[in-house]
Amino acid sequence: MTGQLVIGGHNFNSRFILGSGKFSLEIVKAVVENGGAEMVTLALRRANLGGEENILDYIPRHITLLPNTSGARTAEEAVKIARLAREIDCGNFVKVEVIRDSKYLFPDNYETIKATEILARDGFVVMPYMYPDLNVARDLVSAGAAAVMPLASPIGSNKGLCTRDFIEILVSEIAVPIIVDAGIGRPSQACEAMEMGVDAVMCNTAVATAKNIPLMARAFGQAIESGRNAYLAGLGRVLTQGEASSPLTGFLED
Amino acid sequence: MEKKRTDPMAYQPGMERITSEILDKVLKNVDNYDYLKVTSRDVKQALKKDHLSIEDYGALLSPAATPYLEEMAKKAILETRKHFGNSIGLFTPLYIANYCENNCVYCGFNCKNKIRRGKLSLAEMEEELKAIAKTGLKEILILTGESRHHSGVDYIGEGIKMATKYFSTVGIEIYPLNVDEYADLKKCGADFVSVYQETYNLGKYEQVHLSGSKRVFPYRFDAQERALMGGMRGVSFGALLGLDDFRKDAFATGLHAAFIVQKYPHAEIGFSTPRLRPFINNADNNPNDVHEQQLLQVMLAYRLLMPFAGITISTRERAGFRDHVIGMVATKISAGVRVGVGGHEEEEKGDEQFEISDPRSVSEVHQMILNRGLQPVYTDYIRV
Ligand code: SF4
Repeated sequence: MTGQLVIGGHNFNSRFILGSGKFSLEIVKAVVENGGAEMVTLALRRANLGGEENILDYIPRHITLLPNTSGARTAEEAVKIARLAREIDCGNFVKVEVIRDSKYLFPDNYETIKATEILARDGFVVMPYMYPDLNVARDLVSAGAAAVMPLASPIGSNKGLCTRDFIEILVSEIAVPIIVDAGIGRPSQACEAMEMGVDAVMCNTAVATAKNIPLMARAFGQAIESGRNAYLAGLGRVLTQGEASSPLTGFLED
Repeated sequence: MEKKRTDPMAYQPGMERITSEILDKVLKNVDNYDYLKVTSRDVKQALKKDHLSIEDYGALLSPAATPYLEEMAKKAILETRKHFGNSIGLFTPLYIANYCENNCVYCGFNCKNKIRRGKLSLAEMEEELKAIAKTGLKEILILTGESRHHSGVDYIGEGIKMATKYFSTVGIEIYPLNVDEYADLKKCGADFVSVYQETYNLGKYEQVHLSGSKRVFPYRFDAQERALMGGMRGVSFGALLGLDDFRKDAFATGLHAAFIVQKYPHAEIGFSTPRLRPFINNADNNPNDVHEQQLLQVMLAYRLLMPFAGITISTRERAGFRDHVIGMVATKISAGVRVGVGGHEEEEKGDEQFEISDPRSVSEVHQMILNRGLQPVYTDYIRV
């Protein structure tokens, strides 16, 4: 009933996307099983190419891999990393991350647009990580982005929806899926994002740093689904004063 | 008769001078830093903040913060988790030469110390690199003593090129270079540069760096900036704790890094926290008043000032200390370390720089990381 999430022509039942950057490899599997995620990011710079342990061995087969370009500082580097990911059989999806700010890890929107344009032309399903700016989101869509991934707050901050108002604007204006990425610290925040009408939520730190990781994964899975349902159900209005059940102006005759 | 020594602020021929305001800013702040004036109230205030001001940072490094070490640790572990999850990077240093033209009184490689000197040929280097790569490591730090004469930039460049065949990340800890030389080594495949200022107290600096190019204080100070100008991705900072007033030196180190990242926001920042160690012919070289408690305080203050910075814990420290600080504050640990020249595959060709305290192999350190519920990470970088 929640409807499927469609990105680049692929259907997903789950709206929980797992960032794997901060997990031990064996935990990824447990989280996927408990949180129901069907898409997992893969930092290519962490992939142990040719080494003994390969992160790909730990990710169940039915999962769609979302290799990211973390480490890239320019569009050019992001493009190179994305192509490398395709070479090692990570599929066609790519999360574009171009970061030139080592302190807050904010994405560089300008370079991100450039990379998106090149990679979309190359046939990738491009999901750019972005700072929520309406003009940029529009440019990304024109450049061929299959979804946009605005940040909720700085990566790893667990601060929740600091950019809430701007994400709401994206939700109402942008036609491709909006996936909230970065900064979601609690299931309740994920739920809140879904209630606003975003299409999916990505989390990593919040799950990775929980005491009981599988249980937290489940909590996130449920919160995301619950938020989605609330959105579909149409949230009731929030009233600051009591409302008379019959109209106040019902006495008017002409 | 005592030889007249050179002015440590005067550049030597060939040293490039860049325009930078950072040196002045750091020294001015250190001059004004009086940690004895810090009160526990200041410390408590600092602990409440998400982003530390210069004063907050100074408060956390003060003696007044000592009773708050546990609280600092609690905050630091959260910050470390947020930014690094449970990942711990593994690497090892490879000393390719120990010739040195400097006379740093605290170091076993100093040119006056009678030790066995050596330098690996490229073929020997390859054997060493292969032996290290067999342990599974993907990150290497190439070190030399500071001798342009014996280990020239070209020689180091060749070593880096060879290292890139076996390792995904190559860092260098060599003498400071000019911008174009850093750019050349970047082309060879190095991406990260460590230069330690040792002490930021000019007077002390002058006393312990008796001769050689290292004596030039500002040239060394600006090395990180020149490295970034040459295209390097990351730079590391460190003071040799125990050499001078460690609180002031740690304060300066943090600010140095903070001003660099303000000016070069893309730079990846690393910290190292070496303490003085005994070395051949000087068993009494000790970290003075920097005990483990003080060392940890410095590490925690770095973490709270820069939650995003990498912090390395060296083999100078004992295993028990290293095991506890990873994940809490340190994000990178060396393993399988030899501090002589070579010695992984080939017989050691030169003596060690200092004594190490944790001789564990890569697999032992790997297992320890797992036992602590953390994830050993061999590679976190893609060279494109
Ligand atoms: S600290 Fe460096 S420059 Fe000084 S003597 Fe040792 S190796 Fe040489």
